[in-house]
Amino acid sequence: MSNIIQRNKSEKRFQFYGLLAVGLAIFLLLILLFKIFSTGFSAFNQTYLGVKIQIEKGENLAELDARSTLRKNLRNMFPEAQSRSDKKNLYSLFSPGAYIEFEEMLKAYDGDVIDGYYYFLASDDLDMYFKGTVTRQGNSAGRIKPSQMKFVDEFVKMNLIELQFNRYLLGSADSRNPEMAGILGAIYGSLFAILIAFVTSFPLGVLTAIYLEKLTKQNAFSDLIETNINNLAAVPSIVFGLLGLAIFLNFFELPRSASLVGGLTLGLMTLPTIVIASRSAIKSVPPSIEEASIGLGSSKVQTIFNFTLPLAMPGILTGTIIGIARAIGETAPLLMIGMVAFIVDIPQGPLDASTALPVQIFLWQDSPERAFVERTSAAIIVLLIFLFLLNITAVYLRKKLEKKW
Amino acid sequence: MTIEFLILTILGLTAYSFFLSKRKASALNVINPLDVHSQPHYHGLFSAILTIVPAIILLFLWSWLENSIFKSNLESYFSDVVDPYKINFYVSGVKSFVAGASDTLMNHSNFSAAVEYYETSTKMSLALKSIVIVIITLIAFRYSLNLVTAKFKARDLVEDIVIRTMKYASIFAIFITLGIVLSLLFETLRFFESVAITEFLFGTHWSPQMSIREGQVGSSGSFGAVPVFTGTLLISLIAMLVAGPIGLFSAIYLSQYASNRARSYAKPIIEVLAGIPTVVYGFFAVITVGPFFRDLGIFFNIDGFSSESALIAGSVLGIMIIPFIASLTDDSLSAVPRSLKEGSLAMGATLSETTTRVIIPASFHGIVGSFLLAFSRAIGETMIVVMAAGFAANLTANPFNAVTTVTVQIVGLLTGDQEFDSPKTMSAFALAFVLFFLTLILNIISLSIVKKFREQYE
Repeated sequence: MSNIIQRNKSEKRFQFYGLLAVGLAIFLLLILLFKIFSTGFSAFNQTYLGVKIQIEKGENLAELDARSTLRKNLRNMFPEAQSRSDKKNLYSLFSPGAYIEFEEMLKAYDGDVIDGYYYFLASDDLDMYFKGTVTRQGNSAGRIKPSQMKFVDEFVKMNLIELQFNRYLLGSADSRNPEMAGILGAIYGSLFAILIAFVTSFPLGVLTAIYLEKLTKQNAFSDLIETNINNLAAVPSIVFGLLGLAIFLNFFELPRSASLVGGLTLGLMTLPTIVIASRSAIKSVPPSIEEASIGLGSSKVQTIFNFTLPLAMPGILTGTIIGIARAIGETAPLLMIGMVAFIVDIPQGPLDASTALPVQIFLWQDSPERAFVERTSAAIIVLLIFLFLLNITAVYLRKKLEKKW
Repeated sequence: MTIEFLILTILGLTAYSFFLSKRKASALNVINPLDVHSQPHYHGLFSAILTIVPAIILLFLWSWLENSIFKSNLESYFSDVVDPYKINFYVSGVKSFVAGASDTLMNHSNFSAAVEYYETSTKMSLALKSIVIVIITLIAFRYSLNLVTAKFKARDLVEDIVIRTMKYASIFAIFITLGIVLSLLFETLRFFESVAITEFLFGTHWSPQMSIREGQVGSSGSFGAVPVFTGTLLISLIAMLVAGPIGLFSAIYLSQYASNRARSYAKPIIEVLAGIPTVVYGFFAVITVGPFFRDLGIFFNIDGFSSESALIAGSVLGIMIIPFIASLTDDSLSAVPRSLKEGSLAMGATLSETTTRVIIPASFHGIVGSFLLAFSRAIGETMIVVMAAGFAANLTANPFNAVTTVTVQIVGLLTGDQEFDSPKTMSAFALAFVLFFLTLILNIISLSIVKKFREQYE
């Protein structure tokens, strides 16, 4: 028998290990969130360069060529840029999006004279430098060469470089140019997929749960379905992707990369979660209520639809929301059915080729451009906020609507 | 008439038949309520079902038939093309041209003829389909209205239909499993026609890349999956080494030591780890954990530490499965009857002694079950390993080297340009088959262990 001091010491040590484990788990979560938020936050702003635009009276603004006009005004600002390479270096500080912005501005402009400073989208390399993501070494920074840096310094000196809200990130679809890339297309794809997943899995799941819980006696058949559903819940998501590939794409020949197929696949994946949650919600409805209903002359089906189901609905919805939240973050099955492609259009319907938000994150983190790192984090922030809201809704439903019997 | 208009017409007729039958049944109710078997809305529901079901069945059948007929007819326009991919390409070109999605006339002599055929025949088919379906719906509508009489047992029929629907819905879950097994098995068997099963299971060289030209060096590709399996095992073991102690001790602390208040905060926070999408963990591995371990490797002078190592993927995977172990272990620790714990404490044992000598042995089944479930999660996890582990199949037990896993290989083989029917594509299904059965067995074992344990105390 060891003495009491040693035993108390080992007791303290054991307790400390436990606390350490809890602390470590929470610490890892905080590190992860901190890293994502700290890298992603800067992506919500974007570098813009000011250009002095002078257009004389008498020009038809809507018919001007935006590209050459903007370049002409740039050359007027920097008369020292004479050689071909100098001009090219100057132009390359701007994103291709700058010309589109200028064109839109010209079209929307009323009045016939333009004279003043206007801001246009800068290239991703300049964006990275101005935000301090890449540090300056001598006269170059990242992919900005010394021959470009002299113009950058000039812009800084004239105070014509500033950060503006990044309207591309949440307002456009994917692009090869990081400064113009956005997640709106991916968000649409995710929404279509989730809608389809919900429409297919929710009715099927609830009906299955009612049948297993209320309408069948425990026998070999119901046992088979039950073990089957429990096991389906643990099947790796990538296997569901292969199922979607084999059934929806190869057998039914639905269009590849469409969010319809993604939604159906995610729906199959979510089904077991919904069945399990619905069953426990239905089980928690007190039998006395159902017996009272039967006693008053209702049939079994009437009792289920008039009493059991409405009373179990908060629990069912909570489980469904949690299942759907898991499906939104799922990437692997979508890779299998080809929702992993470079798509610059915002999908108009569930049959259009599209990506989903997590797939977009996967695609961006794979891109070599430095500017995609912060945009990947920003996309993750959007995804996490969305999931957080969904989970809050689920908790709220559970707290407010679920009755304790 | 467009397809949307047709569907709207069917829905409108259905709603109308519901209201008409309901009204007729209500009128019956007024005359002699005791003679009427079912309430008015059951008559309405039955009429609505009778109206809509034939239309839906017909619509699906027609669309399916139509598609296969058009497809084979369109393919015959391009029968001179040898490559089946090219034919598919032309056919989808015709379809998107007619749909107005593209305006490119493809470079084939029959292309415009095919477009013309497809355009006229789709129009014809739609018109015919609309007429037939509307007529049948109207007949069903009229017939259902006739059925509304006092003696007609609409409620029994509707309830019977509802119960049947529920039964089929629950059988659907079996079809999912069947679908998984069959689709994997089918491709796997075809894979074993070209690659011997012994080579797949026991071969030690994995390089499924087939060369495009014949006779190139290494053109056959080799499918010895042992390095893939060992890589999966190595990464999952590292994950368990990270998650096991943290999860187990968290569960012990939360269930035995923490105050109710602390527990009510800490438990949901740890469970947040389970709600974070795996692609986020993968990104975290790439931008934070990877560089961190690389710096450590340089600091301790470890040779051959690659940036995509088993250690990086495994430890991030471990973070992900902490909550699985923590919450399942917590459940089984809490399920141990209070009397056992209090008895031990009353004998003078400290809480740690009680935990290690009474509570853990008493809940050992549950803890083992939770570890097995977490292990099966780790094996099936995809995105973290795809982003952090890499594709190189090395047969090694060194955690500092790059290894690959089953899931990574499946993703690598099935994304990007894939040739149909090549052993390379089919090998992905064989790998998935192995993965499916491994996780299934682990799951069945752990579920039965947990169940057995539960029965012990109930």
